[in-house]
Amino acid sequence: MRFLQQVTVITTKDLRAEMRTKEAINASFAFAIVILLILSFAFDPTEETTREISGGLLWIVFTFAGTLVLNRSFARELPNDCLDGLLAAPVPGSALFLGKALANYVLILAVELVALPVFGIFYNVRWTRQFWPLMLVVGLGTWGLTAIGTVFSALTVNIRLREVMLPMLVYPLMIPMLLGAMRLTALLVAGQPIAGDDTVWLRLLFGFDIIFTALALVLMETVLRG
Amino acid sequence: MSAVAVDCAGVWKFYGDFPALRDISFQVPEGRCLALIGRNGAGKTTLLRILAGFSRAGRGQTKILGSSPREADARSRIGFLGHGIAIYDELSALENLRLFGKLYGLPDPDHAARHWLERTGLERVRHGLVREFSRGMRQRLAVARALLHDPSVLLLDEPFTALDDRAIAVLQSVLRDALAQGRTVVMSTHQLREALELATDVGLINRGRLAFHGERTPEMITDPGWVYARYGEA
Amino acid sequence: MRQKVIIGMLALAAIIFVRNLYAISVLPDEVNQGQIFRIIFFHVPAAAAAMTGSAVALIASVLFLVKKDFFYDSLAVAVTEVGLAFLAVNLVTGSIWARVIWGVWWAWDPRLTSALICWILYAGYLILRQALEEPTQRATFAAVYSIFAFTDVPIVYFSIRWWRTIHPQPVFFSKNGSFPPDWGRALGVNMLAMFLFYAALTMIRLRQEQTQREIDYLRRTAHAI
Repeated sequence: MRFLQQVTVITTKDLRAEMRTKEAINASFAFAIVILLILSFAFDPTEETTREISGGLLWIVFTFAGTLVLNRSFARELPNDCLDGLLAAPVPGSALFLGKALANYVLILAVELVALPVFGIFYNVRWTRQFWPLMLVVGLGTWGLTAIGTVFSALTVNIRLREVMLPMLVYPLMIPMLLGAMRLTALLVAGQPIAGDDTVWLRLLFGFDIIFTALALVLMETVLRG
Repeated sequence: MSAVAVDCAGVWKFYGDFPALRDISFQVPEGRCLALIGRNGAGKTTLLRILAGFSRAGRGQTKILGSSPREADARSRIGFLGHGIAIYDELSALENLRLFGKLYGLPDPDHAARHWLERTGLERVRHGLVREFSRGMRQRLAVARALLHDPSVLLLDEPFTALDDRAIAVLQSVLRDALAQGRTVVMSTHQLREALELATDVGLINRGRLAFHGERTPEMITDPGWVYARYGEA
Repeated sequence: MRQKVIIGMLALAAIIFVRNLYAISVLPDEVNQGQIFRIIFFHVPAAAAAMTGSAVALIASVLFLVKKDFFYDSLAVAVTEVGLAFLAVNLVTGSIWARVIWGVWWAWDPRLTSALICWILYAGYLILRQALEEPTQRATFAAVYSIFAFTDVPIVYFSIRWWRTIHPQPVFFSKNGSFPPDWGRALGVNMLAMFLFYAALTMIRLRQEQTQREIDYLRRTAHAI
């Protein structure tokens, strides 16, 4: 099971390196808090109607903060040409994708799990009423962001204006997933369960994740080695 | 008759429609050391990167020990040293080598890592973070990384450039041992003297073509510019 | 020869359009909408052509990745650019229609919203190309992006439709209304003309792209000397 070992090695490498420098994660935390703050000025948190849509706002925070982590993902391989070291190794593109995607996933989830309580405080919302369904939705949605974001991190790593190009290419692709995630999150944060018509969004999230993960696994080798 | 370690057949590389490499064909038998010389921009780095499996040739085939370097397994027998050292600044020397050892599927990455740290004189600083190393130390660590997994074929892109004396000595010693063990080396170089001392064969790349390929003669060491003058720019 | 084909297609498309204009203008006004319904004869074919274009772009992108022949890359760019223009026609005509019928320039109709998202997706394709200088890398990465974009299109369409069933919005021409047969004929004719026009424009753009590649190659060769 060399594939799995290689994936684990890459994931631990990325996480260890990030924990030593904390560059991306600190910026991401700070960014998330700032956006939450600004959104509370834009939409008055004391209004009842705002609290109803607030779950959707969370995904703006998640996506923007997540982009900082994703940008760093392949950018961290640029100094010393470290990417060459990975490409020279007998690691297939799919393993490199999965290793980095898992590391990004952990980091973005960490930021989200901090952003949630802060959101609860700013908006005075008890968001834990549907905790596990909410975790499921956050987990699924974040994976969609991570899978596409990791491939595009590799794609944009050498482009000028990388920090702008990455979100600009990834966000439109993610609109369907964001639609579902925002809808479900707003529902769950308001304390209502996912039922009836809304289960279609859950299926959308699953389908989206599966389709784009498969695409990423297949195309990563092409992006890396042409 | 020794086997062919590096086989390049009719390789072209295009950037758009512009050919950076034109119809490169050569073979390097096992145990030989080929020094690739040529001007900057001639195509040496491009060729080495194709041999290492980083990019795809537009036309033609490359084989390392009989298989294409674009297959993952073939790359486990290739050691690559490029312009960048490919070492992580945020990790320690030992962590870096262990990491690559595991990526290459070594049965005992720890042991291999420690062996090569000793061999390159970095045993004392094995827990130091690479970002604190001097340039020479980083270069030596890069050599360790390239040879960690016991590769049969070494591909080196200007390995002697900007090395301090100690690093040059280490690299020469390591390469001599490797060649004595029957490994194959292909290296591009500007440092003609250090490289030509080790080389058994010489190749000149001029504007994407292999202008000369032959055995390294003693004259080449005493007068390194000879090949350029004879076969180089018109 | 190729130029004659292009001119022929453009001329044919123009003739068909002009003749059809008459057919469209004599159709009786639609009961609920008045004059403006005639915009559908341009609105729908533009979308149909753009959608076909995106499928061609996908095939061209995959073929490029497999065969590494730059013709496919040039085709992908040409088809996508022209498609963007046609999709823009679709969006603008839809917006005009919405303004006349509902008094708003944008009503979040599911089909128009999907079209807008697709427009942004393929605009991203062009922006990505602009940011990449090296031609082989540009073609490869653009092809990868094109595959991602095309995969997303049906998902976008379905998700917007589901979104709309939760927040019902006014819809263009809901199919439960009757679609008179003489409309069908006029629509079909315009569809043919639109596709001809699309193909001709694509060929022009394709030729331009290939010429540009030749110029780039000559420049690089000149610099290398």
